[in-house]
Parts: sequence; C-alpha cells; structure tokens
Amino acid sequence: MTTKPLNAAVLPVQSAPADTVQPTARVTIRGRAKTSRRFTVPRSVRRAAGPVGLVLLWFLTSATGVLPESVLASPVDVLRQAVDLTKNGELPSAIAASGRRAAIGFLIGATVALTLSLVAGLFRLGEDVIDSSMGMFRAIPWVGLIPLFIVWFGIEETPKIALVALGVTYPLYFNIYGGIRSTDAQLVEAARMMGLGRFGLIKYVILPSALPGALVGLRYALSTAWLALVFAEQVNADAGLGYLMSNAQQYFRTDVIVLCLVVYALLGLACDFAVRILSRRLLTWRANFEGEA
Amino acid sequence: MANSVEIRGLSRAFDGNTVLHALDLDIREGEFVALLGHSGCGKSTLLRILAGLDDEIGGEVTVPARRSAAFQSPRLLPWLKVWRNVVLGLPGRPDRDLALKALDEVGIAERATVWPKTLSGGQAQRVSLARALVREPELLLLDEPFGALDALTRGKVQALVAELWRLHGCAILLVTHDVEEALLLADRVLVMDEGRIAHELTVDLPRPRDLTAPEFVTLRARLLNWLGVTRTLEGTPS
Repeated sequence: MTTKPLNAAVLPVQSAPADTVQPTARVTIRGRAKTSRRFTVPRSVRRAAGPVGLVLLWFLTSATGVLPESVLASPVDVLRQAVDLTKNGELPSAIAASGRRAAIGFLIGATVALTLSLVAGLFRLGEDVIDSSMGMFRAIPWVGLIPLFIVWFGIEETPKIALVALGVTYPLYFNIYGGIRSTDAQLVEAARMMGLGRFGLIKYVILPSALPGALVGLRYALSTAWLALVFAEQVNADAGLGYLMSNAQQYFRTDVIVLCLVVYALLGLACDFAVRILSRRLLTWRANFEGEA
Repeated sequence: MANSVEIRGLSRAFDGNTVLHALDLDIREGEFVALLGHSGCGKSTLLRILAGLDDEIGGEVTVPARRSAAFQSPRLLPWLKVWRNVVLGLPGRPDRDLALKALDEVGIAERATVWPKTLSGGQAQRVSLARALVREPELLLLDEPFGALDALTRGKVQALVAELWRLHGCAILLVTHDVEEALLLADRVLVMDEGRIAHELTVDLPRPRDLTAPEFVTLRARLLNWLGVTRTLEGTPS
C-alpha cells in the first residue's frame, strides 16, 4: 500500500467560533461494583415466592371460611383426596387410562404429521397436494369436530384417541414442514458439491436442519395432546381423569375436580420438561441454545 | 501441458438478461488462474457453472470429474463435528484418520472434534479448504474464500493456499475482487467485464511474491487501470 500523506491544508482546521464557546459538558460515572458481599435473595426463591404466596392465600381463605368449599375446596382437602385416591388405586388407574389415550393418539398423530410433512417438504408435487389441504383443515377448530367424531366413531375410546391425534398433527406438521423448507440453500449447494446424493442430502442436511423446528412442534403437540384429552374425556368416559372429574361434578366434589386439574397440569409439565431435556441433548451443536441453566 | 478446463462458447442468461457472452477459456493442468471483476460481471456465475451447480447454459464446458470448491462463507454443516464435515460425502464410512490428515495439512487438527460454531472465521475457512482438498481434486474452485476474513488472517490463509497448491498441484480458479491477492497467488489473471474476458495478464514473477517489488506495482497499476479504478492522489494518474 502506498498511501501518500495528505497535505495538511486539505483538511479543514476544526475551530469553533469564539463567541459560542461553551464549557464542555461532562458526566461522572460512579463505580457501582459491589465491593462488600451484601445479602441478596436468590433468584429462584424470588421466582417461587409468587406461586407459593398464592397457594398460601388459597389455604388461608379456605381455612377462615371466606372461600366456601362448594366454590373451591381447600388445598388441604385436595391433598387428602390425592392421598386417598392414590391408596385405593382410583387415581393411578385413571392416570393410566388417560395416559394411554394420550400416548396412542400422540403416536398416531405424530406418524401422520411426520409422513405428510416429509412428503410435502421433500417433493414439489407433495407440497402442491398436501400443504394447501393442511392449510384448509387447520382453519377448522378441531374441538368442534367432537360431535362429528361421535357420529363416526361412537362413544368409546376411538373418538377420544382420534381427537388427540388430530390435535397433535397440526403443530407437528407445520413445524417440520417449515423446518425442511427453511434449509439453507447454500448448505445444500455445498453438500451437493461435496458429492452427496439425494438420500445423503436428506439425511445429512435437510433433516438435521429441520430438527429445531420439529422439537418446537413437539412441545406444542404434547401440550395440545393433553388439551385435546381434557375435551375428549368430557364425553362419556368410563375411565380416566375426565371420568373422575365428571363423577365429582355430579356430587359437587370440588376437591376431586381441582385434584384432576392439578394432575393434568403436572402431566403437561412433565412432557414439556422431557422435550426440553431432549432438545438440549439433540441441539448441542447450536452454540446459542438456551444458554446455561 | 494438457488442459484441465476447456470452455467453448459458454453463455448464460437469467430471464433474458445475458450474464455470460460466448465465453472461451482454457485452464492448463496445475495452473493457478485468478478471475477479477466488479460485482455482477459474471465471475461467480462462471464458477458455479464449472462447479456443476448450474447447467442452464449454452455452449460447451469440459472440466475434470474430480473437482471441489470453497466458498466465501465456509458452509460447514453446524450439526456435524469438524472432522465429519471434512469427509462429508466421501464414499464409505467416515474416515477419521483421513480427516485428521487433511486438517493437519491446514494446521487445525486439534479442532477436529469441536462443533463448527466454536471456530473463528479463519479456522472455519481452513476447515472448508481441508474439506475441498481431502477429495484430491484436479480442479479447485475458490469463490472469494478470503473475502470475509480480517486482513491479518487473510494473509495467513492466502499463504496457506499458495502452499497447498504447491503440494497438491491441482488447477485452481480463484474468483476475487482483490487485485493484490490475484497477483500474489496466480499464474494468470483474467479480468472479466460484462460477461466477457476483457483482459488477460500472465504473472511471471518469482514466488513468494513481494508486494513492494517494482514489477509487482507495475502489474497492479495495469490491472487497476483495466478495472477502471484510478487511484489519483495529488492528481497523478496511476
């Protein structure tokens, strides 16, 4: 590089007019670094304070009679019911029946979603045929299909499983399809240049890049599965959490109803937790993934 | 010496907009050719055609079957460890020893088992070179591979490419817009303009080349002039 020195005269000399001279504004930055170890409440404790406080409020209002049992049972009663129903085996068998429906429905829905999204994602023809249809079906509120499902499948297990399967299919399909289609064209080009064939491209480039989207879809799908189950089990169940709930409703047992809601919530949380663990293990290559802890 | 690349009457148009006009070009075996030009002059299009990524062409192109490429961005698959990226697409089971050998050649064998995201820009570009060279290409296509690197790293990777070329003896087509880079590395510099090879310059300077040698400065001035870049400080035309 032969950059020649510029003439000094070329540069305009920076000088402010004399009459507008102002004192330069200055700010002082004071040190705020903690030098002494002051006591601070740990973040986890602060985060737990809200929920714990609400349960405490629930307990106090129930104990003082402000919240009558006919409206909402006290947390102590709910806990007692949990112990009793576990001891006599009603709660475990209800969870098993509901879990079975959720699992079978999820497996069917996931298989359908995976097949459809692969066909639509990988083939132009598949996209033309499947994707527009999926867009159309998604516009139908799936909960509204319960009456139709009863007409088609009766009132036994089938309509319940079908509803779960349907609820699972949409979020998985759209997320996997989107993931496949958002594959970086530059990576595909480089991989082709390196000699990967069609099968190799799908295995090493397209499916791995669809994985983050698929895992997001899985989280949605699992929460939708439990939601669909709650709806489905309101209809003529003879076993399961929904059955327990509708029975309790007839006898105004708010403690059992609340217990069932809590169990639904815990099952949903457990699934969510499982997917998050799975994501962390499968997506270690993403340096930005969720950070630590 | 026999030709590695033979291009006859090559043309390429995008939606009626002609990018390459009946282009003829030969590259000899083991020759290092640099292709200069402004953005949009068709140099990257030419490289993509030689790579086999674009076949909507008129005319005829003969290239070696064994060829590979490195691009401006390293384009490593983020979900494969570095060494798996190097041997991606090679037939048979992933050969770790082969990958390590190739990585050792570009000087980063110790990073073989990390994820690509943890590499610096220069390291990732070295891996990209290793991935291209492990295929023992007869023609190596380089699409501005130093463009995204900082000046210090760029110098090192350029020296590495010169060394690897000496070792492997493959023909190289380097697409760049850096005149000095072209003159440092290439046997022959082509200047492309509006889809044609407008100028050609044989660089017969001894290697390694000296940026400050008078012959080098003369050639650089000539290339800059062809490119329409006139560096006029204090009114002296270059």
